[in-house]
Amino acid sequence: MQALYAQLLVGLINGSFYALLSLGLAVIFGMLNIINFAHGALYMMGAFVAYFLLNLGGINYWWALLIAPVVVGVFGMILERTMLQWLAGLDHLYGLLLTFGIALIVQGVFQNYFGSSGLPYSIPDQLKGGVNLGFMFLPVYRGWVVIFSLVVCLATWFLIEKTQLGAYLRAATENPTLVRAFGINVPRMITLTYGLGVGLAALAGVLSAPINQVRPLMGADLIIVVFAVVVIGGMGSIMGSIITGFALGVIEGLTKYFYPEASNTVVFVLMVVVLLVKPTGLTGRAA
Amino acid sequence: MRNKISALLFGTAMALSVASIASADDKVVKIGVLSDQSGLYADLAGPGSTLAAQMAIEDSGLKAKGWTIDLISGDHQNKPDIGTTIARQWFDVDKVDTIVDVPNSGVALAVNNVVKEKNGVYINSGAATSDLTNAQCTPNTVHWTYDTYMLAHATGQALVKAGGDTWFFLTADYAFGAALERDTTAVVTANGGKVVGGVKHPLNTADFSSFLLQAQASKAKIIGLANAGGDTTNSIKQAAEFGIVKGGQKLAALLLFLTDVKAIGLETAQGLNFTETFYWDLNDNTRAFSKRFSEKMKSGAPPTMVQAGVYAGLLHYFKALDALGGNPHDGAKVVAKMKTIPTDDPLFGKGEVEANGRVTHDAYLFEVKKPSESKGPWDFYKLVGTVPGNQAFTPLDKSTCALLKK
Repeated sequence: MQALYAQLLVGLINGSFYALLSLGLAVIFGMLNIINFAHGALYMMGAFVAYFLLNLGGINYWWALLIAPVVVGVFGMILERTMLQWLAGLDHLYGLLLTFGIALIVQGVFQNYFGSSGLPYSIPDQLKGGVNLGFMFLPVYRGWVVIFSLVVCLATWFLIEKTQLGAYLRAATENPTLVRAFGINVPRMITLTYGLGVGLAALAGVLSAPINQVRPLMGADLIIVVFAVVVIGGMGSIMGSIITGFALGVIEGLTKYFYPEASNTVVFVLMVVVLLVKPTGLTGRAA
Repeated sequence: MRNKISALLFGTAMALSVASIASADDKVVKIGVLSDQSGLYADLAGPGSTLAAQMAIEDSGLKAKGWTIDLISGDHQNKPDIGTTIARQWFDVDKVDTIVDVPNSGVALAVNNVVKEKNGVYINSGAATSDLTNAQCTPNTVHWTYDTYMLAHATGQALVKAGGDTWFFLTADYAFGAALERDTTAVVTANGGKVVGGVKHPLNTADFSSFLLQAQASKAKIIGLANAGGDTTNSIKQAAEFGIVKGGQKLAALLLFLTDVKAIGLETAQGLNFTETFYWDLNDNTRAFSKRFSEKMKSGAPPTMVQAGVYAGLLHYFKALDALGGNPHDGAKVVAKMKTIPTDDPLFGKGEVEANGRVTHDAYLFEVKKPSESKGPWDFYKLVGTVPGNQAFTPLDKSTCALLKK
C-alpha cells in the first residue's frame, strides 16, 4: 500500500510535465489552429538555454526559469511571423508538416553540435536533498516541480478564461474580422499567443533539465505522449489538457508499478479508447 | 549438336579463365559500418565507429599492397527490421563483404542471421549479448570488445565478493537487458548471493523514479542496472536524486561507457564501479591512438571501447586478408583465417579469436574518479583491477555454440 502512494506521487510529478506541455499545445491549437509539432524541439531548446546560461554565463537555475522561456518564446514568435502566419486558414496538415520539419531541423542542428548522450545539469543547491514522507523519500526538487507547474498551469488558465485579454483572444479565434473592427491588432495577439505557448514548453524544459539529461532528442521522446494527452483531453481545451496531463501521469505511474512493460504504451491504449468512445476528447466540444 | 557442345565447352572454359583471373587479382573489399547514427547509442558508437574504421584502413598498410578498400556506413535506428534491410541491400546490391560495429543486441542478432545467409564477415563490437558466440554463433561472426558474460562476471563477481549478496535488477526490456540479467543472475547465485526482485523497463525511458522506488523498497544491497546508454545515465542520475546511494544501497552499472560518465558528470558518477576493456588513458599506445582519434572527431571526444573495438577488429581482419593474399569474398573462409592468427593490436593487446568467434582480451575494473581527482575534460577512470583475457570470457567448455561440437 505504501508503495502505491509513492507511485501515485511519482505519477503526479511526471504528470506536471505532461500538463505544462499539453497546455502549451492546447493554447496554440485553440487560438491559432496550429498543431505544433515543434513543441518537443522547443522544450528541448528551453533545457539547452538553461545549460548555456549556467555554463557560459554563470547564470543560475532561478534566472534560467525566467530567461529561457523568454528567449525561446522570442524564437517561437520569429517562427510564427516568418513562416506560420502564412498558413492561416489552410488545412491543419500544412501547419503540422511545417512544424514537424522545423522540429527535425532544430533537433538535427543540436545533435550535430552536442551529440546524443546529453549534458549534465545539476539540481540547484536550494532544492537539493529530500524529505522522508514515511511511505517514500521525496526529493525536494520533484516536489517543487509539481507545485510550480500547477501554479503556472492555473495562472495560464486564469489568463485565458477569466481576464479581458483572454476574452479578446478567444473572440479573435471565433471571428478575427469582427475583433479587428474593434481596433484590436489580431496578428500581433496571435504572435504573442504562440510565444506564450512556446514559452510554456521552454519552461518545462528548464524544469526537466536537472532530472533528465539535457539531450537533443529529449523532446522527440516526449512529444508523442504529450500529443496523446492533448487528444485524450480534447484538442484546444485548456482545463482539459491540464487535468488530463496530471491524470495520465498518475495512470502511467500505476502501470509502471503493476505492469512495467506496458508503461510506454498505456497512454496510447487510452487514446484509442477515448477516440472510439468520444472522438472530441474528454472535455472537447464538437467543432 | 557437336557445335552446341563445343560452344558450351568454350563458354565454360572462358568463364573459368575469367574466374581465375579474378581470383588472382581480386584485392577489392568493401566494408559497411552499421550503427546507431542518431539515437541513444550514437555517441558511444555511431560516427566515431566510422572514423575508427577509416583509421584502421589507413593503418593497415593494405593499400600499399595493392588492395582497394571501400567503406560505407548506415543507420539502423535501433530497429532490427531496418538493420536487416540495410544488411541485405549491402550484400545484394552494394556488394559489401564485411559488416562491423552494430550496437544494440536486438539488431545485432538479426543482422547475424543475414551475414551467415550471405556468407559475409561480421565483426561485432557494439553489441553486448553473449548469444552471438553461444546459441546463435555462426562461422561468419567474430565478437570483439565485450559481452554480457564478461560484464556479469567481472563486475558481478567483484561486487558479490565485496559483500553485495542481495540484488535487484533494473533491466532494459529487450534482448540485451535479458541476456545481461540472465548472465549476472548466474554469477550472483553461483557466488552465494540472491536476486530478490527486478523490473523490466521499456528501452529509452526518461523517468526511472517509479522503478527506483521499487528497487528502494526491495532493500536489496545492490541495484543492478542491466541497461545501457541514456537509460543508464538517467537511472544513475535519478537514483542520486532519490537518495538511494546515501540510503546504503549500491548501484552496479553493469555496462557503462565513457560517454555516459561524461553525460552524468563526475559529481554524480563518482565512486561507481564497472568494467570496460578499453580506456583511452590506459597506456602509451591507447593514448597515442586516442589523440589521433579525438583530433578527427568533431566533438573532440576520445574513443569509447566500442569504437576502439571497431578499429582493432578491422586491423585483425586486414591481417587475415593479407595472409590470404586475395579473394576476400568467402566470409567463412576469411573468419576461419582470422581464428588461426593470434590477435595483437595496440589497443587491446594480445589475445585470440576462439572457435566460437569470441575474441579474448583483458578486461579492466574501473572506478569513476572524484571531481577533485580529474585533471582534464575526459579524465574519468581509476584502474582498480584487471581480469586476464583467458578468464574474462565464456570458457569454451561452457559455450553452447554448435561450432564447438564436432
